[in-house]
Amino acid sequence: MSDRKPTHGTYAVLAVPVTMLVVFFLVPFGIMVASSFYHRVEGGFYTPAFELNSWRRLFTEVFIERAVFSIGISLLAGAVCIAVAFPFTFFLTRMKRRPHVALLVVVMSALSLSEVIVGFTWSVLLGRAAGISNILVWLGVMDEARAYQPGFVAVLLGLCYIAFPYCVLTLYPSLSRLDREVTEAAQTMGASPWRTFWTVVVPISRPIIVAGFLLVFVFTLGSYLISAILGRPEHWTLSVFISDQASFNANVPFAAAMAIFLTVLSLAVVGVVTVVESRTRRLT
Amino acid sequence: MRALKWTTTGLTLVFLVAPLLVIAIVSVNENRYMDFPPQGLSFEWYWALWTDLGWRSAILTSLTVASLGALVAVAIATPLAYVLRAYRIRLSPLLYALGILPFMLPPVISALGAQVFWNAADHAGRIENVIIAHGIFFSTLPLITISLAMETMDPALPEAAQTLGANPRTTFRTITLPLLVPSMITGYAAAFVLSLNEYIIAFLVAGFSVQTLPIKIFNGIRYGFTPTIASVAVVFIVIAATVFSLFAVFGNLLRFLGADPAILERNDA
Repeated sequence: MSDRKPTHGTYAVLAVPVTMLVVFFLVPFGIMVASSFYHRVEGGFYTPAFELNSWRRLFTEVFIERAVFSIGISLLAGAVCIAVAFPFTFFLTRMKRRPHVALLVVVMSALSLSEVIVGFTWSVLLGRAAGISNILVWLGVMDEARAYQPGFVAVLLGLCYIAFPYCVLTLYPSLSRLDREVTEAAQTMGASPWRTFWTVVVPISRPIIVAGFLLVFVFTLGSYLISAILGRPEHWTLSVFISDQASFNANVPFAAAMAIFLTVLSLAVVGVVTVVESRTRRLT
Repeated sequence: MRALKWTTTGLTLVFLVAPLLVIAIVSVNENRYMDFPPQGLSFEWYWALWTDLGWRSAILTSLTVASLGALVAVAIATPLAYVLRAYRIRLSPLLYALGILPFMLPPVISALGAQVFWNAADHAGRIENVIIAHGIFFSTLPLITISLAMETMDPALPEAAQTLGANPRTTFRTITLPLLVPSMITGYAAAFVLSLNEYIIAFLVAGFSVQTLPIKIFNGIRYGFTPTIASVAVVFIVIAATVFSLFAVFGNLLRFLGADPAILERNDA
């Protein structure tokens, strides 16, 4: 079916969505690139110009610190998510119908929660008013209620919470198709389940582990609300920094320069994922 | 290994469910402030979702943006997916990438782009800006579902229609389009749910004049807590869990998520 020759009518049909995408995505992106060179006027406006001030600010210590923190916490979130999601998904795919479906419903429900709601629920759970510490005080384990947010651990937990379901869904198809005969063979030869997991299941799944890790990385790199709700300004991700510059500080040129930096970074990671995936497809 | 299995599963389940439980408890607390253990039981915060004008208008704004935004997304995705899969077009990979790109990049990129675009067009702060921005950003989802449906469609069906004398337009209308409807609905639903939850694009494009539900919730967290925020969260959680449970019972949730079709027969055996 994919070898039909296009006619004029085909191009007319194609023109509608392509025009929409060009006008409302590529053109805005172009204007954003242009505005990164604009001149910022104090008080929130910007005028067309060609200057490199905003780009120069990308090399200041503040921005580099932000970028390194953002990338670092996203890498950490990716590592934590994979470390938990991989065994979880592996066990999930070996469960009977009822717990299997029930756990998937919980994962999908967590997935469909808004970031703002996740941030809010964790801020309550880690807060001083009605959170974990209150339960511990109530049980007599702790003397006094404490607040664990805002803080680094709170941001990391929130990021893991929003990314975890996506991570499970990336791992799920390939782990559910993992040939049972392979693990059974290892166990027949005398390997313990634990040894089978480490020497057979994990090595076979390496490509999908890499893909899942990078997915979490890109996803958390773009997250906004978690670090805005659960973190102090020093825990802000690049997305928060960008939108803060664009709205409250009204410095659109600098926000645009940072946004282009974030675009390049994300595209690079997506490129790595694509290469890894096409290479594994060739191998199998 | 067995111990590891139950600790991993148990702890993950607690991690996923704990915040939801706490929020459910807060939402029925009679006191206006959060406290633990909760003081008295009250459902007035749920009632406030409907009686409070601010919350009601935020809910209606969000529903408007999500339903129309998802419509724009499907309207962009359907012709793109159909033409790129049904015809041989030289720029096909490039055009497909253009449809995937907005969603691949962090949302703040689309958000800032749309902001400078509508500022330049001197048309800032309108609800239609948010609808279009969401439609573009989420068009990737129906694009993927419809493209997959095109790939798995039996090519003999449209060919048979053409052999029987139908012109391409009639074939599309009577054969291809009806076969694509389920994937269009799935794509619409996915775009709708994500648009309902989306914050940063809505905020940067028109956040000061168009208040969607996530914006209202975020402002609520920042500038003054009310248990109503918790009750909105609970309503969302209940809707999501119900939809996916129904999906699991009546549809094929496992298949949809890409599981091996025989997985449960083997596990249950």
